[in-house]
This record gives sequence, C-alpha cells and structure tokens, in this order.
Amino acid sequence: SRFTQQELPACKPILTPKWVILTFLMSGVVFIPLGVICLFASQGVTEIVDRYDTDCIPLSSRDNKVRYIQGLEDKRCNRTIMVTKTMKNPVYVYYQLENYYQNHRRYVKSRQDGQLRSPKEEHDVKSCAPEDTVGGEPIVPCGLVAWSLFNDTYDFSRNNEKIPVNKKGISWKSDRESKFGKNVFPKNFQKGSPIGGKSLDPEVPLSEQEDLIVWMRTAALPTFRKLYGKIDTDLQAGDTINVLLQNNYNTYSFNGKKKLVLSTTSWLGGRNDFLGIAYLTVGSICLFLAVFFSILYLAKPRQLGDPSYLSWNRSAGGGRG
Amino acid sequence: MASGSGRRRKRKILLSKLFTLTGAKACFKPDHSKIGRSGFSRVVSCNQPDSPDAESRNYCDNYVRTTKYTLATFLPKSLFEQFRRVANFYFLVVGILSFTPLAPYTAVSAIVPLTFVILATMFKEGVEDWRRKQQDIEVNNRKVRVHRGNGNFDFKEWKTLRVGDILKVEKNEFFPADLVLLSSSYEDAVCYVETMNLDGETNLKLKQGLEVTLSLREELNFRDFEAFIKCEDPNANLYSFIGTMELMGAMYPLSPQQLLLRGSKLRNTDYIYGVVIFTGPDTKVVQNSTDPPSKRSMIERKMDKIIYLMFLMVVSLAFFGSILFGISTREDFQNGVMTRWYLKPDDSSIFFDPKRVPMAAMFHFLTALMLNSYFIPISLYVSIEIVKVLQSIFINKDIHMYYEEADKPAHARTSNLNEELGQVGTILSDKTGTLTCNSMEFIKCSIAGTAYGRGVTEVDIAMVRRKGSAMVNQSNGISTEDVVAAERAVKRFNFRDERIMDGKWVTETHADVIQKFFQLLAVCHTVIPEVDEDTGNISYEAESPDEAAFVIAARELGFEFFTRTQTTISVRELDLVTGERVERLYKVLNVLEFSSSRKRMSVIVQDQDGKLLLLCKGADSVMFERLSESGRKYEKETRDHVNEYADAGLRTLILAYRELDKNEYEVFTERISEAKNSVSADREALIDEVTDKIEKNLVLLGATAVEDKLQNGVPDCIDKLAQAGIKIWVLTGDKMETAINIGFACSLLRRDMKQIIINLETPEIQQLEKSGEKDAIAEALKENVLCQITNGKAQLKASSGNSKALALIIDGKSLAYALEEDMKGIFLELAIGCASVICCRSSPKQKALVTRLVKTGSRQTTLAIGDGANDVGMLQEADIGVGISGVEGMQAVMSSDIAIAQFRYLERLLLVHGHWCYRRISKMVSIIYKFRLTLTFRNTFLHSV
Repeated sequence: SRFTQQELPACKPILTPKWVILTFLMSGVVFIPLGVICLFASQGVTEIVDRYDTDCIPLSSRDNKVRYIQGLEDKRCNRTIMVTKTMKNPVYVYYQLENYYQNHRRYVKSRQDGQLRSPKEEHDVKSCAPEDTVGGEPIVPCGLVAWSLFNDTYDFSRNNEKIPVNKKGISWKSDRESKFGKNVFPKNFQKGSPIGGKSLDPEVPLSEQEDLIVWMRTAALPTFRKLYGKIDTDLQAGDTINVLLQNNYNTYSFNGKKKLVLSTTSWLGGRNDFLGIAYLTVGSICLFLAVFFSILYLAKPRQLGDPSYLSWNRSAGGGRG
Repeated sequence: MASGSGRRRKRKILLSKLFTLTGAKACFKPDHSKIGRSGFSRVVSCNQPDSPDAESRNYCDNYVRTTKYTLATFLPKSLFEQFRRVANFYFLVVGILSFTPLAPYTAVSAIVPLTFVILATMFKEGVEDWRRKQQDIEVNNRKVRVHRGNGNFDFKEWKTLRVGDILKVEKNEFFPADLVLLSSSYEDAVCYVETMNLDGETNLKLKQGLEVTLSLREELNFRDFEAFIKCEDPNANLYSFIGTMELMGAMYPLSPQQLLLRGSKLRNTDYIYGVVIFTGPDTKVVQNSTDPPSKRSMIERKMDKIIYLMFLMVVSLAFFGSILFGISTREDFQNGVMTRWYLKPDDSSIFFDPKRVPMAAMFHFLTALMLNSYFIPISLYVSIEIVKVLQSIFINKDIHMYYEEADKPAHARTSNLNEELGQVGTILSDKTGTLTCNSMEFIKCSIAGTAYGRGVTEVDIAMVRRKGSAMVNQSNGISTEDVVAAERAVKRFNFRDERIMDGKWVTETHADVIQKFFQLLAVCHTVIPEVDEDTGNISYEAESPDEAAFVIAARELGFEFFTRTQTTISVRELDLVTGERVERLYKVLNVLEFSSSRKRMSVIVQDQDGKLLLLCKGADSVMFERLSESGRKYEKETRDHVNEYADAGLRTLILAYRELDKNEYEVFTERISEAKNSVSADREALIDEVTDKIEKNLVLLGATAVEDKLQNGVPDCIDKLAQAGIKIWVLTGDKMETAINIGFACSLLRRDMKQIIINLETPEIQQLEKSGEKDAIAEALKENVLCQITNGKAQLKASSGNSKALALIIDGKSLAYALEEDMKGIFLELAIGCASVICCRSSPKQKALVTRLVKTGSRQTTLAIGDGANDVGMLQEADIGVGISGVEGMQAVMSSDIAIAQFRYLERLLLVHGHWCYRRISKMVSIIYKFRLTLTFRNTFLHSV
C-alpha cells in the first residue's frame, strides 16, 4: 500500500530566507501587542501588601518573638492601610506566607483524603502520623496539614464602620462538593499537645470549613498566598482602612514572613507582569532577528542549498576519510 | 539426489593416476610422532561404536546447537542479559526500593513499565531463538546411511551419529560430521568436495582415501572391518589434521587429504564411505564458529553514554539535594528549639528525624534517586523498539527492494541497526555471489590474432547507458541494438559472431588454427560430462565454472565433448578436410593440473593419428614467456586483445600447444614417475621442474575471454554509493588477477588510477621461501611487506597534491603480515588514503580481521556484504552485516542483520531507508530526552527540597 511504501503525500517546508524573515516578522507583530495588552491588564490590578509579622510584636518582645507568639497573652494588633487607588469590588483578601514549606514531603503526605470525604474511613489514619490519634481515638481531620491550619484573623473597618468580609466561596467548588464530606465533622481536633493552629467548630461539616479547604490545597512554593475572604464593597482612593488583626500563627521560629494582601483582579487574574514582559521580550527578539536577517539577506545573499557549504566539502583538501 | 540414483553410471576413472601433482603418497611426517601425547589423544575405534572402549571415552553426540538458550536456561539467562543494560538494572533497583516506605510513589508505577519492557524484549529474544531451534531440528534430523552391522546400511538421523560410525554419503549430500575418507565410488578412493561453506572457494577439492582402505567399496565389505584411528583433539584449524590409522596391525598416517569436514558437500562422486571421528561440537566447522555477537547501533551506544551522564546527574542531584535536606532537617530541631514546627520534628520517623540526620539524609538520597528516575527514560527503549520494528516493516515491504525472479523481498532480521544504515562510511564486499553471479560466460576470443565475438558485457552495457546510446565502441561495435539483443540462449555462453558460428569457421583464413583452438578447449580440462539418457543432452560437471564455460563454448561451436573414460576423451567434431562430423578419440596421457602458483594447466594427449600433443592454457603472465620463437606469430595482436579484454573486466586465458616427439615424451614420463616416486621433501619441486621443462616452446593459438558475470546493476550501484562518499573495499578469496578484473568491471578501478600492489608472489620471494628457516622467512617477508606499504604511503603523499586516485591491491599472504599488531596502523593509513581497496586471496578469518581493523581504526560505521558461509565472520564483525539471499545457501543470511536479494538494492537500503531511519530516530530520541529533562527539573525543584 502507499503507507508501507512510504509514499503518502507529505509536505516539508524549506526554510528559505524569505520564509524565515516573514515568520519572525509575523511573530514579532503578533507578540508585541499581546504583551502590551497583558502588561496593561496587569497594571490595572491594584494590590496592597502589608507585612505585619514583625510590627505586630510588641517592642518589648522583639528579642524573643517565639516566646511571645507561644505565650498566652492577647495578640491583637492594629494595622492601617492606605488605599491609593480605587479598588472595585470584589476585593480579594489574601494572607501571604514566606519561607513556609507546605511542599515538604513529610507534610504533603501527612493527610488522609478518604477520611475527609466520608465518615466511614474515619479510622484510617495510617498516613497521618504523628498527628493521627489522640488517646487512641482518631483525629478528624488528621495529619500535619490540617493540624497546622493558619489561624490569624483580620477585621476590616473604614471610618469606624465595619467592612464585612465574605468567607463563602473562597475554596474550589469541586473540593467542597466531592473532596470534603458534608457529613464529616471534626473530631478530637487540636485536642493533643502542642496545639498547631486554628481549631474547628465540631458542629460544622468539613465541606463548609472553607479556611481548612483552602489550607489543605498545599502550595507548591515556599512563598504562597491563600485566599482569606472577599470584600464586596468598593474601596475608594484615599480611604484609610483599619485592620484589627489576631496575630496567632507562629512563623517566627523559622523566620517566615506574614503579609496581608488586598487585591483586585482583571481578566488575567491577579497582578502579574510576567506574561506581558515575556511576550514583549520574545516579540522584540523576533522583530530584531527579522530585521537582522533581512539586512544579512540583502547585504550578503547566498544560493540556497549550496553543496560547498557541507561539512565534508568545507574541510580543506576534501580529505574525508 | 533423486535423479542421480536413477541413472547411476559406473565410472572407473582413475584420475589420480593421470594427475601429476596431487595424489601424493602418504608418508609419515615428524608431526605424527606427537600422536598419543597431550593434544593428540583422541582414539576412535572404527565400526564399533558400541564397544565398551568407545563407551568409556564418552565423546559427545552429533547434536549441534546454535540456539542461545535452552528451555531451562532461558529464564535466568535472558533475564541476566536484560539486566546487563544499565537502565534496566537501575530500574530494577528502583523497583525493589519502591516496595519500601522510602518510595515517593507506589510500587506499581515503578514495576509495571519495567516489566513491560523486559517482557517485550524477552519475547523477542524467545521468538528469535525459537526460529533457530527450528533450524537446528531440521539439520539434526537429516538422514544419512549408517552401518548397522553385517554390512547393512540404514538411514539414521544426524543427531544420533556416534564417533566410530561408518557412513555412506551420497552425491550432493553434506557430510554430517568430520569423517575420515575410506573409499569412494572411484576405484582409487578419490572424491570431490565443495568447501564453499568453509572457505568460500568455489572450485572443488580433491580428497583421497588411504590405499589400504580403497578396496572397501561394497557395503558388505564393512561387515568385519575393524580399525583404530588415533588423532589430534578437536580444534578449529581447518587445514591441518594429524592422525594414524591402525589396520590389521599396521600403522598408516592420516592427513587433511583424508579428512572430510562437516559443512562441505560431496560433488561429482556417487558415494563415499567414511568413518566418523569428530561429532557435533567437536567438528572443525563448529569449533570455528563464534557466537553471534549482539550488535548495537551507534545511536544506542550514544544513548547509553547519555544515560550514564544522566545517571550521574541524577546521583549528583540526589546527593546535593540530600545535603541540603540534611542541613535543613538538622536546623529543624536544635537544642530543643523547633524551627519548622509544622513538620513536628520532635516526633518524627527516621526519614525526617533531625536527631539522626545522617541516616535521614541517606534515606532521602535513595528517595531522590527514585524520584528522579523520570530522568532516565525507560519509555525511550520501548518507543525506539516500536519505531524500529515499524521501520523494519517498511524495509521488508519496500517494493523497490523486492526481487521478483526469486520472490525475495528484503528482510531486516534485526531491527536495531536500521538507523545505522544511514551512517555507513565503508562497505566491505565479498565478490563471488555478491558482486558477481558466480557464473562464467564465454564471451570473446582471439584466435590467430583475430578478435572474435561481439557479445555484450555488463560493463559495456553500463558504459553505453552512461554515455548515451549513440556511443559506439570501436573495437567491437556495440550498438544499443546489441544491448537489447543480449538475451542468452545458452547458459554460460554469450558468444556471438557470424564469422565462426554455425560451422562457418571453416571458411576463415586461419581455419586450422581455429580448429586447434577449439580442440584444445574441448580436450584440455578436467570436466566430467553427464549425459541425460532421456534427452541426450550433455551437462558438465566442472571443478570451476570457467572450465564449464570453455567446454560449453567448444560444444556450441561444433566441438562436442561427450565422454570421458579413464584414459580417453571423445569429441564430436567437424573434419576440416571432409567437412563431416566425426567422433575423435583422444588418449589422455598426463594431466598437469592447475595450481595457483603454476597459473596454467596442460594435458598431454595422443590423437588418433598417434601424434603426441601438449595442450596448455594459462594466464598471460606465464604463457607468453613459454612460447617458442616460431610460435610467436600472433603474439602482438593477441597481447593487445588480452589487454583490451582485461580492461573490460574479462578473465583471459592464453591457449597454446606443442607437438611432442616420442623420445621427448618418453624422457618426460621417466622423469615424472621418478619424481613422483621420490620420497624426499623436495619432491614437489622436482615435479615442478620436470613439468616446467616440457611446457616450453609452445605455439600460440589465441586467447579466451570469459566474463565473470556481474549481478544486475552493480556498476551503477557502486557508482552511486561512491558519489555518496562511501568507500568500497572488496575482500575476496579469488586470485589477484580475477579480483583486479572484477575491480575494473564494476568501476572500482579505472585506467587512470594508480595501482599500489602489495604481494608476496614475486620470484625473489619465492626463492627466499625455499631457502632458510621458517622464522627467518617470516621476518624477511614481514620486512618486505613493510617496505611495500611504506613505498605505497610515499606514493600516497606524492599524489595527494594532484587528483590522481590510488587503488590498493593486497594479497592474502601480505595481508597476514600487514594485519599484525605493529603494522596494522600504517597499513590502515595507506588503505584509507586510497580510493579503492581490493584484498584478494583472503581467508574468512582475514576478512573478519580486516573488517575489525577498519571498524576500530577508522571509527566509521562499516557494512559488510556477502553471501557465502565464508563471509560469516566478516558479517558478524562489521557494524552491519548484509547477507545476499542468493543461491549459495543460507549461512550468510542467517548470520546477517539485513538480508537483501541483490547487491543493487544496497543503494536504496543505505541512501533511502538508512537516511530516513536515522533522521527519524534521532529526532525522536532528542525530543524524548528534552521532555524528560523538563519533567525531572520540575520534580527536583518542587518536591525534593
């Protein structure tokens, strides 16, 4: 058949100078505007970042932050944030942790997905060690990930008027509906010692514990943001926002930073200039190459497929052994 | 043979009596004294394989196994082979580790791909071995007649033969084991043996039994036959054999002259009786065979290197990762202070325990090795294997490489060398059966200074085609019409000339010379005619295809040789005077046979008038000097014609005769019998001297030109391959002259090329060989070869400036020295500098050695192509062995990597398939590697910290 005789129609473009220049030119022309659009979209996103880990430690405790954070005193802390540009709703509230290895192999594996999904598998806590049982009873949700749940809280107010934070719908829908059971309730959680992070209300099923759901999607990099909630009102330029903050979470023992982030989104997502810059760079390289090749082609043209340029013809004397 | 038994003829021709040179009397040589000592301890009690003595010796049976595995050893052995591959072994280790809690993933995902790969490869191996097994079964179950006792011979399977059995082997059968010849259908116990499978020589070898046993010609004679043979232990040397036979209390020496080797074939002899002395694995041919090496293509070897590199990268990645891991783990819990508290370092398993950091780091190292195993692409092997199988299917199915006449498509026997085809730098080619068809055609002759014959040679056809049809060769006036008309009516005969065909030669001016010329062709040979009783047609059995071509030519021109008796040759020929066809009887008195040193053959006959004639044919180099003054009448013209023929790639022979007077002949017979009966060491020299004296003062008749027919399209193909920058070496067992002829014929050599000929056949060297000791001779010869090579190199240097191409022609003897350790470097340099290289008279071993030299020395991919069993070594040694699945048995094909039907398909195989396969495979490999690299770096940076 024509297949076995390898005679199927085939087409193989020959890279003639004209083709090459045209291709580069085309990609340059397409990429640069794309880059500009992306960059523009990214620039349109307003983002406010406030690092508070050090500032929220009283000056007297600064030389031993770990003892302070592990202490029992009230860790309330007030922060003020200036809004420089109007932020249209929804405004997303994130917390950002740095130098926090949610991707550590031990950490990642220390969880039991079956247990989260259905109460029948409650006793399956093998992979959760050492946070598996307390007094012989299984912990739900077990494992290091759940145990170390982030427990700082933020309350926003503007001119002494509270800004409500919507904490519904911050996790993935699929997680809520199929990975975390509606009939699974926290049991024996944070009953052992030491206590890792936030405690959970044992009356609320896991599928509604959205902070937990967000936290359980472990981050791939040591610097990560996780969604805390949404503010459904616009923030005007010049607004001063007071944040009443419960500084509970210990990042001080491993020198991790904590940041509060307020950000709007564009059609491209959050603020990220990378895509636009990448498009611009590649586009300009293509354009430059197109110009360079055209100059080369005009100044010093050579015949296509000249056999004298082949490696064995080029070596002196033609002495290919 | 079925037809052979139907018309068995009683031939009572004592050829050995006529033959002057062979049929040497057996005599004890010093080596025989070694019998019974170590290395010469074998004892065979003939005809009593059941005796307790034989039982106690416990020689192996005649079962020959070529398979790699048996049923029992298949599993362990093939598994071992599999895990010798680095990647497989690595994955095995990873697979075992994946059952431990160290594993970052489940065990299944590690084991399944490995199991698949290994099972697939093992299956392939198994199927290949199964095929070999089938072949073994076929060979081992062939039947041969064996003495059962009381003079009865029954058919038995080959594998059941035992040492000491008496066999009866019939015409055209292979010998099932190494035998000592006892007697044959000829009264003097001679037989003809075709040893093509052993050494590739196409001419028949004459073997002769001992005088004491030649009377055992009937089956009944063996009823009470009893003898003991003591001989050397099994070894691989094909050309030596030392033994003694003890028969009725007397000792008789045995030599290679009595030894019939497994793998050779009985020809021109109705039957022989022989006793089995070496069986199965002890036989010389099996001892000679080497295990087929497993060949790997360059891409695969390079891939292996890259895998080592990647392995190194994986290890170093894992190593650095573990160090970093160790450091950060140590910091997790120091002096009772936890840093990364969320990992609970105070309550940790061993793998992450900050208190036992070195252990944890080590375990992490293992885990990281597993994690990064993505780096080493196990799937690559599977993908490559699949792609290669597809490519072999493409090769097998290619209609352009399908040989319709024999219904043979190309066949890629091993799929792992496909892409290597595109990388071939040097082709080492056999000649007979590969470049040529091994059929000779009588095509031209020059009689009395007149050139006859305007047959068209392959070379001419190629030339005409190349230069356009308008070209007309002046000497013989070829036109395209002739090219078309080159259909042959008679095999081995392609002679066309109205002047002398159909009996018209009588009208030519030199009719008498023409008559003598063809009489000579009809008489001066050792051919045996065979008359088909039904049709009356005569077929000829000849020692070499040339001779058959001559006899057929004589027949076609009206000199029909039809019977040979012990002393006579009968020829039907035209009487010049009466113009009638008469039968003439020639009494053959002596045959002075052909040998490579004599380069001529003569017979002395007495015709019906009682005239004594010496008829002689031989190579031009020896014949012209033997002409008498009066016999040189046509010398100049003949010389011109011979040169012309040689340029066209034809084999030429000069024919000459001489009338002897009675006295002279009597003196000769006296001397020759004296020489034959002398027992001294210089007996052969004496005989030479006597024959030399009589083959003198000859009268020139003319010259013949025989075409060693090239296969279709060979010159074209060679031309194209040369254009592609591929070098072609011809390695042949033939004589130098023949090899050079063929070189011209297939456009490897051209007139404008400068030939560097290195040989040791010069008179002074032969002189040297006769005197002095062995060591001294070897030393001198080596010196000589070195000197010739150095001269050649000097020429090479001198010609490197101008464009004149050089051709190197070297003979086997010099090659033996040139291939020695200290000389092969310089030899290779010379050879590589030359445009064409021809090695003649080379043994199978030398062919393999040359191949190895080229392979290792020039670092190029070598391709060996051949069709005979003598090419097996070469095919196995080369990077790629291509077998021609032609007429000469299947040994070459069996040991080749790719089998094609015709040489010309090499062009498509190399330039089309090789090119495509290489491009496609390399693209695939590079893409898979890049993909793996990306994957692993992602893994490393996201997970391993």
